[in-house]
Amino acid sequence: MNNPLYQKNIISIADLSRTDLELILQTAHSLKQTPQPELLKNKVVASCFFEASTRTRLSFETAVQRLGGSVIGFDSGGNTSLAQKGETLADSVKVIASYADAFFMRHPQEGAARLASEFTSIPVINGGDGSNQHPTQTLLDLFTIYETQARLDNLNIAFVGDLKYGRTVHSLAQALSLFNCNFYFISPEALAMPDYILEELKERNINFSLHSSIEDVVDDLDILYMTRVQKERFDETEYQHMKSAFLLNADMLDNVRDNLKVLHPLPRIDEINIDVDETPYAYYFQQAQNGVFARQALLALLLTNHFQANA
Amino acid sequence: MQKKLQVEAIEQGSVIDHIPAQQGVKILKFFKFTQTKEKITIGLNLATHNGESKDLIKIENTFFNDQQANQLALFAPNATINQIKDFKVVNKFQVQLPSSFIGVLACPNSNCISHNEPVQTRFYVHQKNTLKLKCHYCEKSFERGTFDELD
Repeated sequence: MNNPLYQKNIISIADLSRTDLELILQTAHSLKQTPQPELLKNKVVASCFFEASTRTRLSFETAVQRLGGSVIGFDSGGNTSLAQKGETLADSVKVIASYADAFFMRHPQEGAARLASEFTSIPVINGGDGSNQHPTQTLLDLFTIYETQARLDNLNIAFVGDLKYGRTVHSLAQALSLFNCNFYFISPEALAMPDYILEELKERNINFSLHSSIEDVVDDLDILYMTRVQKERFDETEYQHMKSAFLLNADMLDNVRDNLKVLHPLPRIDEINIDVDETPYAYYFQQAQNGVFARQALLALLLTNHFQANA
Repeated sequence: MQKKLQVEAIEQGSVIDHIPAQQGVKILKFFKFTQTKEKITIGLNLATHNGESKDLIKIENTFFNDQQANQLALFAPNATINQIKDFKVVNKFQVQLPSSFIGVLACPNSNCISHNEPVQTRFYVHQKNTLKLKCHYCEKSFERGTFDELD
């Protein structure tokens, strides 16, 4: 059976159907259970970071190498012809893509991955384009939720912290809206979920509610997705006053559901106290590791038409 | 009461009517009618039946194709175009809002990749009542009023 993602681009989470998402998650699960060290043998993948991102780059390049492929590329835009000689991104992509079988990129400008996909016929994977999309982060988040809860439907999921500027929570909420979850948005008023996301959720008849502290809802949750409230967005007094409502410590987890998992896209600063790390609910480091499997799944599906995930 | 023609009739060409006041000059500029040698008659702030004002453009020997007509929706979503031959209206149609606009607007997001690269901008109609357009590249949506037209 042909897989529907073969030779496709992964630019925006909104481009993926529920069936596509399920196929990626099943494939990630299969690759985690049964490594395929030769699947991408003789394949060359370009890993082009026009903007530095250590975690995403290492995770992606590990994914390529664990599947037996080779990586070419660069880890920041400063050393490229694009930066030094004023080459357009379109020209850079045409040249680099002619050397490789797939093109993974991060770029500081919104729309860069979509544009790149129009200048090459090999699959382009968006590793983050400015403040717009970061679909592989969303896929690893979905995979982690699926792995820990054995389903994606009908979960109670809270998002905490900077919900206004965080593209991670926007994309994840949009993707999970295909699965009829209940959302709890916990943030300072100044960093609330944008109206356009709330409107989209309403259009899809998704239940959501807004809250001002974690303890309001924590006992009813399956997933607690933490993000960092950036200190620089507030004056010092305001920050000290409100930050306690959006910090998690182990005492707050005394009466939670057994299946609760705490996730975070990392890096964390102080929004998750280190005493949470020792609880059975902490799953953010496994989540980061799952980035490798989610990215392996994409590579397997985009570059091989015959790969079958184990059920 | 003596009835007067507000704008002189034309023999052959197009009449764009029901343009909101203040938009007529923008339309002239957008379609580069300011550079044509054809005879153009424009009416600005003309009275309408309901007491509001409108602009109107008559241009000789010029006809709009569907794509051009639909681009008018950016300025005048309720405009009508009358095709004139021998001083008679031979065809009259209303502007239709297209599903996308290609190569006519600049993205209001200054960090959008479309500003620096050899591509045409493309915007999808995201919301019709208060016109909102979504950028094909940066995926951000903006109200019509925030856009500048490309030269």
